[in-house]
Amino acid sequence: MLRDAALSALVAFGLFGPMIGLKTEVGVAAIELHTRPIAVLIAVAAVFFGRLGLLAWQSTRPVQKAAPGRMADSLAYIGRYLTPIVLVLTITMPFYAERYWIDLGILVLTYVMLGWGLNIVVGLAGLLDLGYVAFYAVGAYSYALIAQNFGLGFWSCLPLAGILAAFWGVLLGFPVLRLRGDYLAIVTLAFGEIIRVVILNWTTLTGGPNGMSGIPRPTLFGLVFNSGGGKGSFADFFGIEPSISHRVIFLFYVILGLALLTNWVSLRLRRLPLGRAWEALREDEIACRALGIDVTVTKLTAFAIGAAFAGFAGAFFATRQAFISPESFTFIESAIVLAIVVLGGLGSQLGVALAAIVMIGGGEMFRDFQEYRMLIFGGALVLVMVVRPRGFLSGRTPSVSLGAKKKIGANLMTEGHG
Amino acid sequence: MAYVLQQLINGLTLGMIYGLIAVGYTMVYGIIGMINFAHGDVFMVGAFLSLIALTALSGMGVTSVPLALALTLVFAAGIAALYGWTVERVAYRPLRGSFRLAPLISAIGMSIVLQNFVQVSQGARVKPMPEMLPGGITLMTEDNFAVQLSWMQMVIVIVTLTLLAAFTYLVTKTSLGRAMRACEQDQKMAGLLGIDTDRTISITFVIGAALAAVAGLMFLLYYGVIDFYIGFIAGVKAFTAAVLGGIGSLPGAVLGGLAIGLIETFWSAYFSVQYKDVAAFSILVLVLIFMPTGLLGRADVEKV
Amino acid sequence: MATPLLAVDRLTMRFGGLIAVDALSFQARAGEITAVIGPNGAGKTTVFNCITGFYRPSEGVLQLTHADGKGFALTAMPGHLITGRAKVARTFQNIRLFAGMTVLENLLVAQHNFLMPTVINGLLAVFGLGGHAQAEHIAIEKAKLWMHATGLTARADDPAGSLPYGDQRRLEIARAMCTDPELLCLDEPAAGLNPRESDELSDLLVRIRDGRDVAGRSSILLIEHDMGVVMRISDHVVVLDHGRKISDGTPAEIRADPKVIAAYLGEGDEDEVAA
Repeated sequence: MLRDAALSALVAFGLFGPMIGLKTEVGVAAIELHTRPIAVLIAVAAVFFGRLGLLAWQSTRPVQKAAPGRMADSLAYIGRYLTPIVLVLTITMPFYAERYWIDLGILVLTYVMLGWGLNIVVGLAGLLDLGYVAFYAVGAYSYALIAQNFGLGFWSCLPLAGILAAFWGVLLGFPVLRLRGDYLAIVTLAFGEIIRVVILNWTTLTGGPNGMSGIPRPTLFGLVFNSGGGKGSFADFFGIEPSISHRVIFLFYVILGLALLTNWVSLRLRRLPLGRAWEALREDEIACRALGIDVTVTKLTAFAIGAAFAGFAGAFFATRQAFISPESFTFIESAIVLAIVVLGGLGSQLGVALAAIVMIGGGEMFRDFQEYRMLIFGGALVLVMVVRPRGFLSGRTPSVSLGAKKKIGANLMTEGHG
Repeated sequence: MAYVLQQLINGLTLGMIYGLIAVGYTMVYGIIGMINFAHGDVFMVGAFLSLIALTALSGMGVTSVPLALALTLVFAAGIAALYGWTVERVAYRPLRGSFRLAPLISAIGMSIVLQNFVQVSQGARVKPMPEMLPGGITLMTEDNFAVQLSWMQMVIVIVTLTLLAAFTYLVTKTSLGRAMRACEQDQKMAGLLGIDTDRTISITFVIGAALAAVAGLMFLLYYGVIDFYIGFIAGVKAFTAAVLGGIGSLPGAVLGGLAIGLIETFWSAYFSVQYKDVAAFSILVLVLIFMPTGLLGRADVEKV
Repeated sequence: MATPLLAVDRLTMRFGGLIAVDALSFQARAGEITAVIGPNGAGKTTVFNCITGFYRPSEGVLQLTHADGKGFALTAMPGHLITGRAKVARTFQNIRLFAGMTVLENLLVAQHNFLMPTVINGLLAVFGLGGHAQAEHIAIEKAKLWMHATGLTARADDPAGSLPYGDQRRLEIARAMCTDPELLCLDEPAAGLNPRESDELSDLLVRIRDGRDVAGRSSILLIEHDMGVVMRISDHVVVLDHGRKISDGTPAEIRADPKVIAAYLGEGDEDEVAA
């Protein structure tokens, strides 16, 4: 055990010695090296004792590995009670929470919505999409551009943003959906990057790296939210003190509504032939073909519907921030959303919501750690995957049944090849 | 004409770097069928290790450029190999044989870890490095335009070709290579026949990481600036190269790398520098649509 | 003689230099069970893959004619339309069920084209429009009939992947039958079954051919190694060897054909070509 830990420490010294111990600084004339032996020592010691602790913990805990199936079962059981609790807590949040928490809630809900949207593509249809953020960007920029050039408001642009994103989904999906597995993943990733680079460089249209600002805020049946009050404002209409927090609360309910819509549509689709065909596609594409299912059309619908929800979320993002720039649509966003879906457990709506809360909310907790935040985030991703490769809540409930619905363990499910 | 020749030289040099990274992707994909997302970041780590080594060596008074380069190459490749080994051991091995998406997410996590580890430990600022081997030879002059083949480019091409030759020998002629190819065909069967598959896979990662580190050194020398973010874009392009060449095929990876290097260079020279990444990715999409197995990939008949 | 249900005319399939099927011609008549037999590597599965659109034949014509006279040139159709329009259904040598979905769901997916005539209809159903509930009811009733016919009623809500092997084989047949085929192509349905199970299977196939005690009828094209099953239920047998037809006739004729005996006794166990 000690030997193992010592070996780990030795490896750690190899890894950290040069990278931590020797810091390159841009000096006056040339690059200079600064040594930091203490930091290396701390890192190596951390690895040594960490490994020692892990081994000790493993040896006290005999092979008795908790049956993963049972754990998923009990989680699903808890889930039945957890769902209403989470929902009630979310709906009432503006009544008890401070501004900061509501803002955070909006952020989390945006990712919940994106997660649910991507879940249609990855969780149900089994298509690995690494460029989901592209459709989010299309939605955001569609809204910003339509609003600025044609003077339309948020509510008229919202469906347009969704439709445009879906249109792009079909356009991009049509040629690439015949590709399988990782090829599809890398092509979607490439598309995501292409859209970002185009937005970044098409300065006359999108403002390039400076982004677009002054995007109109949403209104409630024509009532505007502003801090000054005045005629036609929300505060004036209801005769209350104007406050900027009204808008925040309004935005909170808008995104909550959008997220719940996404959830409702995907739950509904799952029970319909289209959704069942998606799941069948994930299980076995060849068998689907043999049953006369048009595989291309079925995949395209999944891709397009998933894209549409990203488009809605994008339009919301734009109206919330009133400012968008290409920086918000990098690959890391796609990765975060995909991680939420996989972490939550493919196809599990509650799991996705919980994963979004943990990842986005948890990430926010670490904001004080500044630059260490993403480091911890990445490490947590690896750790969670190693401990629970199928995510928090895995398995599926049948979409239709004659008797009582029995939960199907994830070990029987296929994760799709396309 | 001279301009074209110059772009050709530049493109091929860049392509060599991509090819070296692509070999790592293609090997790992061939053997365990996953996209090693962190590979691009191992390349970035390699570039930083090279910078550290070169700075330390010049601080110690090593003035001979070939000696410094050789020592740096060994150092960077060695430490990066250790990184490759650790990445596999920590993030991928526990997930082997599991659900397909889990290793991918784990790999993305690892990529984030490496990027931010370097950002935290080495700082977020761009690191410039003075040119080590200035000058070169002028191949021809036409209308006041001199076609330059710099020493640096020659070093890159020679080192890459040497490494690839050694590597090809390793894979095709040695027992280690045979074990690697066996694991590629059928891991379970290879295991039953007494091949230590864990060890073989580890070695694959080690070799891939070492080659990526060499590419990192080349990148540092060629461009003279690095930052913690270079891994992502170079990684995606190198993966594109691997796919373009036909994933799983080693000559394909190099060929794909050269193709991507040339496309990128010529596009930048004749159309637009800003859109050079778009060009590379668009080519990828087109190739995959019209010949999904890549340039040298094996066509696999769909088994029913 | 009436137009045959399926006419295979000079079908040839090459993989690179390898000729898997060589100018093969035979016919399958409506209302019959036609068996295709032959040693391993004879090209049987390749023929199936051509008929069901998974391979595009190098040469030759596959003509399917429904009872109402409608004709289909299978070689010119995309794979999913061969099931959807031409009404050819198939099963696979290595069972391909939707393992994570229940028996009932498997049977409903098979009725996809009935349940969802267009994507627009499918999307309207989200809002409860498009008369979907009625269609779903019909589909479930049909699924129940087939579960009854294949003895799977008790397992309706179990995931297909958890069924025993024999049940999985029957489920795959039930699933194929849910597409309402005119021609059902079965790729070694008796493989891996014990004697009792293969007897039950023979019985099921005969009932499907005759439309007796089952929810629909279909002519059958069968690849099978189990000679007991083939000889008992086939109306017509085609024997392949090395991609060529060496014999064609009733089971009794085949049994007496010296060429067939030679082909079977003279062959080793080569792997099936591109199976």
